[in-house]
This record gives sequence, C-alpha cells and structure tokens, in this order.
Amino acid sequence: MRNIWTIARREYKHYFISPIAYIMALVVLLVIGIYFTIVLYYYSNQAMMYGATPPDTTIIIGPMATIFVFATPALTMRLLADEQRMGTLELLLTAPVRDGELVIGKWLGAFFFVLTIIAITLIYPIILNRLSNPGIDQGIMVASYIAIILLVASYVAIGTAMSSFFSNQFAAFFATLAVLLIFWWLIRLPTYILPSGFFNSLFTYLDLNGRFNSMLGGSISLSDIIYPFSLITLGLVLGTVAVEIRRWR
Amino acid sequence: MISVAGLTKDYGARRAIENLTFETRQGEVVGFLGPNGAGKTTTMRILTGYMPPTSGMAKVAGYDVVAESLDVRRRVGYLPETVPLYPDMTVFDYLKFMADLRHLPNAENMVDDALEMVGMESRAEGYISALSKGMRQRIGLAQALLHKPEVLILDEPTIGLDPAQVVEVRNVIREIGKERTVLLSTHILTEAQALCDRVLIINKGHIVVEDSPENLQARLAGAERSVLRVRGDAEDLAPKIAKIEGVQRASLQPDGSVEFQFVPGRDVRPIVARTVIEAGYDLLELHPVGMSLEEIFLELTREDKKEK
Repeated sequence: MRNIWTIARREYKHYFISPIAYIMALVVLLVIGIYFTIVLYYYSNQAMMYGATPPDTTIIIGPMATIFVFATPALTMRLLADEQRMGTLELLLTAPVRDGELVIGKWLGAFFFVLTIIAITLIYPIILNRLSNPGIDQGIMVASYIAIILLVASYVAIGTAMSSFFSNQFAAFFATLAVLLIFWWLIRLPTYILPSGFFNSLFTYLDLNGRFNSMLGGSISLSDIIYPFSLITLGLVLGTVAVEIRRWR
Repeated sequence: MISVAGLTKDYGARRAIENLTFETRQGEVVGFLGPNGAGKTTTMRILTGYMPPTSGMAKVAGYDVVAESLDVRRRVGYLPETVPLYPDMTVFDYLKFMADLRHLPNAENMVDDALEMVGMESRAEGYISALSKGMRQRIGLAQALLHKPEVLILDEPTIGLDPAQVVEVRNVIREIGKERTVLLSTHILTEAQALCDRVLIINKGHIVVEDSPENLQARLAGAERSVLRVRGDAEDLAPKIAKIEGVQRASLQPDGSVEFQFVPGRDVRPIVARTVIEAGYDLLELHPVGMSLEEIFLELTREDKKEK
C-alpha cells in the first residue's frame, strides 16, 4: 500500500513538470470552456425567444468524455514505456516493490492528475448554478461527475496497460487510442446490424458510451458501476502481467 | 552471502549462462570478469531479482532469488550498467523516492549519508539532468548504498568515467567492501586486480577460472614476454633472438618491433640486449609486456580444453 502511494506521488508530481501534461490540460479546459460558452449563449437566446429549461451539467460532461478519449493516451503513454526506455524499470523491478504495486501506483498517479483537471471543470456547474433559476439539478451534477470519474479511471487503466506492453511511447499512445475508440464508439456499431439476441446484448452491454449516457441521466445502476470497475481491474491485471513477462525476456 | 548453484538462463534459443556455480563470503569483494556478452549482466540481473533463471538455484543473504525475491531485493543494492536515474528530479528527491520505496526510517538522514559516501552532498538540490556522467554514476552508486545493503552488486561501475573519477569510485567501493559483500563486473583486468579479493572469469556463460588476482597472475605467468625495438629494419633479428637459450619464441611484429617470450625465472633480457648490440643494431627500447585480457581468455579457454 505504502509503495503504491510512493509511486503514485512521484508520478503525480511528474505531470507538473511535463509539458505534455500542461498542453493536454490546456486543450481539455480550453475546448470545454469554448463549448460551454457557446452552449450557454445558445440556451439564453432560446430562453429569451421561447422560454426554455436551463441546461444541466451534462452539457460539459458529455463533450469531456469524448475529449478524454484523445487526451488520456497522451497522459498515460509514458507511464511504463518510458521507464523501460530510460532503464529505470530495472531500478523499480529490483526494488522491494511488487509488480502489481508498481502498476497500480502508476495508474493512481495518472488518475489523480486527470482528477485534478476534472476538478477545475467544477467551475462550470458553479457558473451555471448562479446563472439559472432555480439553479441546476444537484442530483444530475453528482451523477454526471461520478460517471466521468469512473469513465476516466477506466481510460487511464487501459492506458497504463498499453504503456506496459510497449517500450515506445508513441506505440503506447496509438494502441491506447485505438482501444478507447473501440470501447467508446466502435463497439456500439454491431448492435445496429445484429439481430437481437446474445451478441446484440453483449455489445450493448460493452458499449462504454451507452453506459456513460445512462449514468448522465441521473440513474446509476449497479451494472453501470461494475463495468468500469471491471475495465479498471482488467487494465491493471494486464499491466501487471506485462511487467512480469518483461522479467522473463 | 551469495551462493549460486547450477544457474542457467536461456533467452529463447540462446543460452546466456550455463550451469554457473560459485559462492561469496561476507566482506569479500568479488570481481566478475569477462568480455562483453559473457553473461555477467544476466547473472547479476538474476541475483538482484530482476529476472528468474531458467534453471538452477541462487541465494543472496540466505534468501532464494525466486521464491523470496522481495527479501533478496530488500538486502541488495544494485547499480545496473545503464545508471537508472530520473533526469527531471533533483538528486535529493530521487534518493528520497528510493528511500521511501525501501521504507527506510529517517529516510532523509540515510539520503544524506549515501550522498556523503559518494562525495556528492553539495549537489543534493541540483537536477540530475545537469550532472556529468561521472556524477550520475556516483548518484547511481549512492542509490545502491542507500539502505546500507548486505550485498552490493555493481555492473561495470567505472565504465565511461575519466581516470580521476575511476579512482574516486574505486575508493568508495573499497571502503564499502571492508564490511559488505560486493560483486562487481568489469572487463578491465587492472580494475579487478585493484579492487577484488577474488576474481571469477566468465566466458560464453561459463566460469573459466575462479581465483585471487595474485594467484591468477602467477598462474598465467607460464611465460614472460618482452618487446624490443631497434633503429631501422629488424627483420633478421627475430631468428637470432630465437636461438638464445631460454627464449621460447621470438617474432617480428607488424609495427616493426620484436616480441619474445622466455621461460619464467630465467631472465634472458640482458643476453638478448647484448645479442642485439653485437649484431650491430641500435637498441632503442626493451620492455616487458603484460598479458592483455583477450590473451588471458585465449590462454584460459585453451587450458580449459586441455583439461577436458
């Protein structure tokens, strides 16, 4: 436990001296800021003309989920790939640290950094709450933030696993991006052509986007939570196995 | 402290080390000598718990490197060949991180002690990226010494250092070797002679010889060799020298000098010198030559075959 924390802390601190991390944070916040402003203008125009319900937090959480599909690989690509390249993996693997602790620590460090970016976006619900009357739906806000946190936790776990498979950061980047695109977007497509049955429901279940959207609605079911947790576990287990395989080569 | 029996490691179809067996005692500095690709790094990586062997057994400080890997890693300090450093950290933060991973009490004091041991106290707050190669090597060494390990394993600790730094690092190792077991690899013979109580020579994954540097030298002194140089052409000289009693062999070298080998304990050099002058040559140089590492290997592997 203590080792996980030591590794996570170093990793988290490292993001604050890494240009890529700053650029990614800037891109995420900039895109969401622009999006938020435009949507807000649109809603207020609509409200003036026709009278409309004020928007809720999902207007920023929705696009955030998509932006993180592209931002997460950039944040996780170096986690273990870079250790391998610099030779420091040898240091960590000969320190009294379990392989699993190393992988979990790496994941946690990156996850905390993404959480920091998400925490900054809390400014938007606050603005929204002040602008709208009688304020925003608190339930939906909490649910959508839980949804995005679970979502990025699984993104980061997939990124950590990919980074442990490769010694090359860019290979890890593109592999993570590919896997995230599959889970976020591609996996839903077969449901349009498959007849209803086992495979149709399987793909529907595995569709991360669908799970996420049902949580945004404010109703969080048990399977909505179990799914990201399984992805996190799978990512961390695969990452650990990959590190162990490295020892044998 | 380290005991290895029948250790074998395969990388796919390639066998890196085969049936390695040796022991080291506490307070002993053991040199692991061999050409590149001999299996030194592989052996060290197995002993530090980095990778498991294909077969065989290795114990470090009484713990099995496979079954009790974490116990081994707690007691071993390791400096890999490529010094593992995080360039974007300060020296202190880096060592503190390692100390935390090792759960050291008074981590900060331990870091200060390690820095003092390698003479880098003044650079604690500096970034590792700003350090020279020699300094980085010393920080790597500080990392290995941090937890005052029972066993220290150093892979080519002086490679790439300038002569002054080599002397400094050797002094540090000698100091540590007084109480702790040190296993260091090198391909420089003089380094092994300067530092080690015992030398293991490894070639193509086998231990060829295991002995003290002094004995090794004596064993290899089956013949003494010297080189002489004269003004002008020395072509006719070699056969003349070869005829002198006690000289085993004399040959003209590509650089124009003559190399000759004689029976040890029977110094024929004065006779050779006289012969050269009497033959009408101007003698410019006459000096003994030591055996190079390559020659030692050739010599030893030849012996090996003969024994078999």
